[in-house]
Amino acid sequence: MKVSMFVTCLSDAVYPRVAEAMVRVLARQGVKLELPPTQTCCGQPAFNSGYWDAARASARTLLEAFEDSDFVISPSGSCTHMIHNYTKLFEHDPVWLPKARQLQQKSYEFSQFLVNVLDVQDIGAVFPHKVTYHPSCHGSRLLGAKNEPLILMEHVKGLELIPLPFAEDCCGFGGTFAVKMADISGAMVTEKVEHVKETAAEVLVGLDMACLMNISGRLRHQGEQIRVMHLAELLEEGVKRA
Amino acid sequence: MSGANTNLPTVKERANEALKDDFLRKAVRFTTERLRHGKKTASELLGNWEEWRERGRQIRLHTIAHLDYYLNLFADNARANGVHVHFAETATDAVRIALSIAKNHEARTVVKSKSMVTEELHLNQELKKIGVEAIEADLGEYIIQLAGEMPSHIIIPAIHKNRFQIAELLSEVAGEKLSADTKILAGFVRKKLREKFLEADIGMTGCNFAIAETGSMVLFENEGNARMVSTLPRVQITLMGMERIIPSWADLEVMATLLPRSATGQKLTVYMSGITGPRRKEDGDGPEEMHIIIVDNGRSLQLGDPEFQELLNCIRCGACLNACPVYRHIGGHAYGGPYSGPIGAVLTPALKKNVAEWDDIANASSLCGACYEACPVKIPLHEMLVYLRRRKVEAGHGQAAEGMAMKGFGAVMGNARRYRLALKLGRIGQKLVVRDGGIRAKIGPLKGWNKYRIAPSIAKETFQERWRTLEQEIRVEPNETSRSAEARLKQVLQERSSKGGHLHG
Repeated sequence: MKVSMFVTCLSDAVYPRVAEAMVRVLARQGVKLELPPTQTCCGQPAFNSGYWDAARASARTLLEAFEDSDFVISPSGSCTHMIHNYTKLFEHDPVWLPKARQLQQKSYEFSQFLVNVLDVQDIGAVFPHKVTYHPSCHGSRLLGAKNEPLILMEHVKGLELIPLPFAEDCCGFGGTFAVKMADISGAMVTEKVEHVKETAAEVLVGLDMACLMNISGRLRHQGEQIRVMHLAELLEEGVKRA
Repeated sequence: MSGANTNLPTVKERANEALKDDFLRKAVRFTTERLRHGKKTASELLGNWEEWRERGRQIRLHTIAHLDYYLNLFADNARANGVHVHFAETATDAVRIALSIAKNHEARTVVKSKSMVTEELHLNQELKKIGVEAIEADLGEYIIQLAGEMPSHIIIPAIHKNRFQIAELLSEVAGEKLSADTKILAGFVRKKLREKFLEADIGMTGCNFAIAETGSMVLFENEGNARMVSTLPRVQITLMGMERIIPSWADLEVMATLLPRSATGQKLTVYMSGITGPRRKEDGDGPEEMHIIIVDNGRSLQLGDPEFQELLNCIRCGACLNACPVYRHIGGHAYGGPYSGPIGAVLTPALKKNVAEWDDIANASSLCGACYEACPVKIPLHEMLVYLRRRKVEAGHGQAAEGMAMKGFGAVMGNARRYRLALKLGRIGQKLVVRDGGIRAKIGPLKGWNKYRIAPSIAKETFQERWRTLEQEIRVEPNETSRSAEARLKQVLQERSSKGGHLHG
């Protein structure tokens, strides 16, 4: 049984603590992750911008890195969903298309793997704080990870989940969108942050570091102290506290 | 006050204008929220919404796949009912046909119910050129006609205006100060329009659905103006996009279930009129002469294009606009054409025959997929936006700097060693700008980002660098459940292979 970790370039380079928390949470559930060193990025920035040749180059590193894996787990719904786009990228490629199909089938976002595959709901965490949750668009809407994070948080002792107004509205990240349409993106993240502040929560939690990077970047710009965490970090900290 | 300056050349520039307009943003937020909430409630009350959506999608897919057949059937049946059916390949053709009908009848005024196709054709301006006055009879359209603007929403044309701005516009027409009371304002317009309905030589309508099996056309509306337009004047001209067809009245049931709920959260619009031909001897009212102009204007280009054909499935409900977080902040005028929001971002380039040469309209989306989720016939607009971007790059119309950057992306991300080297170089490079773990400088690609945010920096130790020591640390921890986890994984693996490659998620 080979259970691999797709760390994602963002968690690798900027948020290694998130990847580490995911490894530790899954280790407690008896899952030993391995890390194929040849993986890079899912290719989404190039794919979404229309540069599919560059996206294919990036995608091939994952298709090769995880060729022998039985399960591939990632701390991002968006990067996991990007793997679902590989069948489009390699639609006319008889060599890579079957590999793309296989990888899609065995790829899981962290919370979906915990709840749907491992059948875990309560990992025995304690986290006595007011928490609000931002459901990232790709993970919740396109990948369907809607209930899994809620189930996991429901079972964390002491955690008070405060609904985020307009939770399902995009935070305005959108990859290169935030660069190309900076002011629209800025307006969107500003509104998102207003809603986060309205909840008076101590912690904002999510399943995608790209969105959380966007929101926390805005919060820090405004001098706000609200803590921003990936769900894996919250669970890991909660287990240590228990 | 009037929303984004539509003369600016790019969506980005028009959007930046709109972002400064607090009236507009507040008005758009207020109404889209109301409509979103209405749709949510109405679809939940109905139940089985996903099944209804799928049924709607199937009807649209089938019709568009056999559009030639259903269009002919519709035209034959409509002609048998006494309707003059015209096919217009281009906007110019459609305008020419409409103007020649107006000229034949020596028309002076045309009274119109809401029609997006006539906006697409700029028909009012063309009528004006030959001395025919066109009067919009839909309240929202009437308001923007007074303001000299384009609709900024498919369903709510004046969504960007609040009642105080509307009172100002109407006071000019009234020649006296009208209070910003919606009842008073609507009452004034109602009285004003009554005269116009009686005066008009021609009534002009759009078409929500055309029923192939009987050659009938169906209009959904709330104000009764479309019914006036289609009964009082002596001549009726209906303009319809060639994709408005559905096969049968039974299919209309599904559409009548989806459209009002998706558009305004209503179970049914106040009026739903089915019109089968001009006035017959035994009819009490209706036009003596009826024309239907079926407009192509770029639509048929989508036929046979696997990436864009589903665009023709659209039933123009506007739900994608109401769900769109970009539309919410910039309104409709920023999109620069009669069709705005996510559907406009795809339809505008598609109808202009330039899926590879559009300005920056397809970049005005974060690809969040809210449009797809809201769409009653499940058009994957978020995917089409990516296809538009790809077609532009493949046709060589991409931005040079971005092309270079993406080439670099492919080179770095296509090889793990280069990727790791790039991170090392980045870590050295960022030393100049990192303070307290963040980057505040507005430089390079961070220019726009850091206007609103503080950017994070590359970690001192990447996860891959951390991995070897982390692996050792974890090995020391107890691993009691590993056998049960393994059993669970094996079970899932087995289920997966027995499903024969069925995809999860």
